[in-house]
Amino acid sequence: MSKQAEKIMAAVFLASALTSILAVALICVFLLAQGIPAMGKIGFFSFLLGREWSPADVPPAFGILPMIAGSLYVTAGAVLLGVPVGILTAVFLARVCPKKIYRMIRPGIELMAGIPSVVYGFFGMMTIVPLFRNSILSASILLGIMILPTVVALAESSLRAVPENYYEGALALGAGHYRSVFHVVLPAAKSGVFASAVLGIGRAIGETMAVIMVAGNQPRMPVSLFRGVRTLTANIVIEMGYAAELHREALIATGVVLFVFILIINISLFLFNRGIKR
Amino acid sequence: MSGISKTIVKNAAKNATNSAARTSGWAESFLAILTWSAAILTIGILVFLVCFVIAKGLPHIKPSLFALTYNSVNVSLLPALISTVMMTALALAFAVPLGVFAAIYLVEYAKRSNKAVVLIRMTTETLSGIPSIIYGLFGLLFFVTFLGWGFSLLAGAFTLAIMILPLIMRSSEEALKSVPDNYREGAFGLGAGKLRTVFSIVLPSAMPGILAGIILAVGRIVGETAALIYTAGTVAQIPLNPMQSARTLSVHMYALSSEGLHTREAYATAVVLLLVVILINAAAARIARRIGGKNELF
Repeated sequence: MSKQAEKIMAAVFLASALTSILAVALICVFLLAQGIPAMGKIGFFSFLLGREWSPADVPPAFGILPMIAGSLYVTAGAVLLGVPVGILTAVFLARVCPKKIYRMIRPGIELMAGIPSVVYGFFGMMTIVPLFRNSILSASILLGIMILPTVVALAESSLRAVPENYYEGALALGAGHYRSVFHVVLPAAKSGVFASAVLGIGRAIGETMAVIMVAGNQPRMPVSLFRGVRTLTANIVIEMGYAAELHREALIATGVVLFVFILIINISLFLFNRGIKR
Repeated sequence: MSGISKTIVKNAAKNATNSAARTSGWAESFLAILTWSAAILTIGILVFLVCFVIAKGLPHIKPSLFALTYNSVNVSLLPALISTVMMTALALAFAVPLGVFAAIYLVEYAKRSNKAVVLIRMTTETLSGIPSIIYGLFGLLFFVTFLGWGFSLLAGAFTLAIMILPLIMRSSEEALKSVPDNYREGAFGLGAGKLRTVFSIVLPSAMPGILAGIILAVGRIVGETAALIYTAGTVAQIPLNPMQSARTLSVHMYALSSEGLHTREAYATAVVLLLVVILINAAAARIARRIGGKNELF
């Protein structure tokens, strides 16, 4: 191939690599350009801290505190339920499980990661909602299930990365198998395990369809675990179809708030990982 | 917990406990029960979900679900199935070349200390953490409104292409990195240029890993809903050109279950979706096993 082809293709490869930068830039520009003005019009604090969301009223109220609280409650519930089970399952897979069972379970965990969120949502509608109605609890249980594969996969690989002699050392000091795993191996893997929990938070807060199907979606401040709630993600999907003008912009601004939450999670994870490498 | 699983737990605790450490037997059994029950719970949920959906949905799969056109009587899922295939093909057509080329740049061309590389990695990480509803919102603002494409297959496909780009990039990067350096040296030694080395030596050797990544991306596309509702729209038809609206199987399933009128058909659609996902996972696992590497998903 000629030198010219070499040069052209090198440029093509570089350009392709730059698309992810372009994509992030475009996403930021388009969300912010339409979301920030809305925040200005509504008033930054009355948007973020307003307790009432009633876009159809005259004058309309665009306060998203109920949705922020909703997202936080549901995510916290999901993390409380999903992360401990996920970490224990990861311990099981990495340190306890016989090889034969492992070969059956591991693809199962991967399948769990691949099941579409609408299927989870539908499953939740049919099995969890009849028990706990459309509520914070139902959404937390369902999201707790949905973050399991994320938590398990990351926690397992960080547990496997702990050098074998840590475990052997604990055994040699007279600790039993489980004691060695829980008191020596698990603490040694704590940074990865922590990261898995943070990733789980990110998944839970961004989940949309499954939450809509079980959370009830009432735009009001959370009153009880057994009552309905609306998350930031649900707010966008439910109303975007018919919103216009300021209402539409307020929904985009809701997306901006969600985006900022995600960025904070990502950046803290990034800094945390870098802190460990040093 | 049932009697059977208790005995499993006890046996495991017995086997695993070192005889020298019998003193802490109580703590050992407690931790054993904890880990085993967590694992049983996780797998139990998965098994229950799959069995529940299949048991409830399988009886409702009937020929009318596969009619060529959708109407509210037959509630056919065939248009959605065909739209899903078209959507997947289109999104891959954009994302695969971009993702693979980007990976080639990162592995074969870029210098490690390059500042652009750091930025590329950071933005790729960011992209992989963005939830699909944000992609949907962006697609609506950019492709549908700003570029004026309307709700269309094309707008949906571009949105999904950006969404799966980090996945393709990362799996291709891993695959390229795992090609031994002496392949490259051999090619150089025989007088091949860099480009030729990449295309005729490195890329073919990395193909299985790249393919595994692509299959996982297909899984994400098939399961996606939130990014598509406001980009590709929800019209239940077989799109005749890429500027027409179309709903994929997942969107179809969401529409059915949120209308609440077609629960049986929703179950049947869930079965089809689940089977597609199981097939995709099996294919990815098979390829991954052939490479022999670890199948890191996240």
